[in-house]
Amino acid sequence: MAEIKIKQVAKQYGNTHALHSIDMTVADEEFLVLLGASGCGKTTLLRIVAGLETATTGEVWIGDKRVDQLAPKDRGIAMVFQNYAVFPHLTVFENIAFGLRMSKVDQAEIDRRVEKTATLMHIEGLLKRYSGQLSGGQRQRVAVARALATEPEVLLMDEPLSNLDALLRMEMRAELKSVLAESKTTTIYVTHDQVEAMSMADRIAIMNGGKIVQASSAVEVYRNPAAHFVASFIGNPPMNFLSAENAGDGWWNVNGVKIKGPNSSSKTLKFAIRPEDIVVHGPSGNGSAANDDSLSAGVRILEPLGSHLLASCKVDDQLFRIVLDSDAKVSPGDTLQWSPQPDRVRWFDPESELAIN
Amino acid sequence: MSEANRFGSGPVQSAGSWHKYFFTGAVVLLCLWVLVPIYLLLVNTFSSPEAVASYPKKAFPVVDTESLKFFMNYAGVGQALWNSIKVATVTMILSISAGAPAGYALSRFDFRGKDTFRVLVLMTRAFPLPLLALPLAVMYIRVGLDDSVLGLAFVHTTLALPFAVLITYSLFSGIPIELEEAAWTLGCNRFQAFMKVIFPLVLPGIAASAIFAFVISWNEVFAAAVLTIENRTLPAFLLQGLSDSPLHLKFAGGAVLVLPALLFIFMVRKYLFSMWGIANR
Repeated sequence: MAEIKIKQVAKQYGNTHALHSIDMTVADEEFLVLLGASGCGKTTLLRIVAGLETATTGEVWIGDKRVDQLAPKDRGIAMVFQNYAVFPHLTVFENIAFGLRMSKVDQAEIDRRVEKTATLMHIEGLLKRYSGQLSGGQRQRVAVARALATEPEVLLMDEPLSNLDALLRMEMRAELKSVLAESKTTTIYVTHDQVEAMSMADRIAIMNGGKIVQASSAVEVYRNPAAHFVASFIGNPPMNFLSAENAGDGWWNVNGVKIKGPNSSSKTLKFAIRPEDIVVHGPSGNGSAANDDSLSAGVRILEPLGSHLLASCKVDDQLFRIVLDSDAKVSPGDTLQWSPQPDRVRWFDPESELAIN
Repeated sequence: MSEANRFGSGPVQSAGSWHKYFFTGAVVLLCLWVLVPIYLLLVNTFSSPEAVASYPKKAFPVVDTESLKFFMNYAGVGQALWNSIKVATVTMILSISAGAPAGYALSRFDFRGKDTFRVLVLMTRAFPLPLLALPLAVMYIRVGLDDSVLGLAFVHTTLALPFAVLITYSLFSGIPIELEEAAWTLGCNRFQAFMKVIFPLVLPGIAASAIFAFVISWNEVFAAAVLTIENRTLPAFLLQGLSDSPLHLKFAGGAVLVLPALLFIFMVRKYLFSMWGIANR
């Protein structure tokens, strides 16, 4: 149980900057997810906190202790690796007991704690087995149990679920969340899977190009992305973007329609809206609910996804996706009349790529 | 053969079946190349002295250990065998204690000149031993290492070391670095992680690599013949002592040399394959 403070941590490999001066605090008992595409520096940052890699500059604090000069074993951390790293020459019991034996815990206490964490992870029946006799999901459970058994102040997880198949991943996701909530351990969890991030995290730190672009709750990064990158990364499908020209007095011209936006002196902005935050008035020609303020979108491709119908359209020659009801009567080539839900529209500066409020 | 028959009809397949015959033929030829001398060696070793000199031979002669017994009681053989074992054991210890750390460093650390070093390790095998043996003999006499177990073991270690480095390099590279990292995060320092996690996993491979070093020393004859006079190893002793001996003794001596080496190499073949990049089967 401890707070993690990362102060101006940067990492350079030769001339490449893997991390640009990261500042971040993870609160005590918080579950923070580092989310980003591969190569964004999220694993490097985690490994710097673990002590498996050294930062070029900057400080790492765990609790009241500065740890960036300490060996991994002196940092009060435990780590779960992507490929599990279960020791193949030891039984499951000895794997879980490994950290406890290293810290010279007596045998009775070892038995008790191994029993407890094994039960927690539902592997109490496998204690006598070796890694080679376990499935991928079971190995992952052993790896988590081994990390939790030492009762670390900080738990670090590096894409722990990415080697599991989709169904098992969903199951483990929910299970891990409840186990970690119970253990009250401060956790940093690295993933490239936004669903995993959003479903588990107290807070998501989205990384891009060695920087943290936004660190907020799942709903916040979804609703109010702080930067163009976040808007185009979070959500499946991601946000739609259209260019908007300044029409004065806080009005913006989006594909020939005036929409109320921020007061800004810049000539152009990016208008952004989520595919599900769109009100469709029906194909043109029906005339039913279409009004003067609606925009038009030419339907290109339809993807029936069961829960909804995803329409990929063209607006102003730009790709524009709209989520429709599964029963919607639309076919490729139709033109849809739509308007955005006003409170869900977001604006981005095309220069700085940051959100404008 | 059934495969060849099934696909052997028609003009298109005939090229393929030719290829197959050629391949099978080559395999058979190579096997004979290795096995026939061993067969003859064994047959003649276990024949009575009279049968060795006689003609024609029987395919499976009556087993007669007379020549072997005689050979083992031949003056000096026991001492030479003991010397061989001593030199090979010291070689084994030296080449593993120097080679395994080098293999570990090559697989785990990035350092400048790493690739050059790997090539250089192999390059040491490019120098013909006769070129080195004579200057070495002179030097050994000066420092007093001549005609000693340790001196010969040093030379054999230089021969075995490249293999020890490369075999252990491939062993350590086969063990995911995450296993070590996991041990570090669980309270081990570098040395403890090595001893508790890596060492148990590579132990069989290290043993194999040690046996291979043993065999290299066991088989080596040139340096042994040049650098020792009184304390000859078995190959050097045989080279000197058996050239004038009767045929059946030569066969017995050959068998005593070849069989342990064959046996050891057979035991560690899996690791030798992995060193040359052939998948374990």
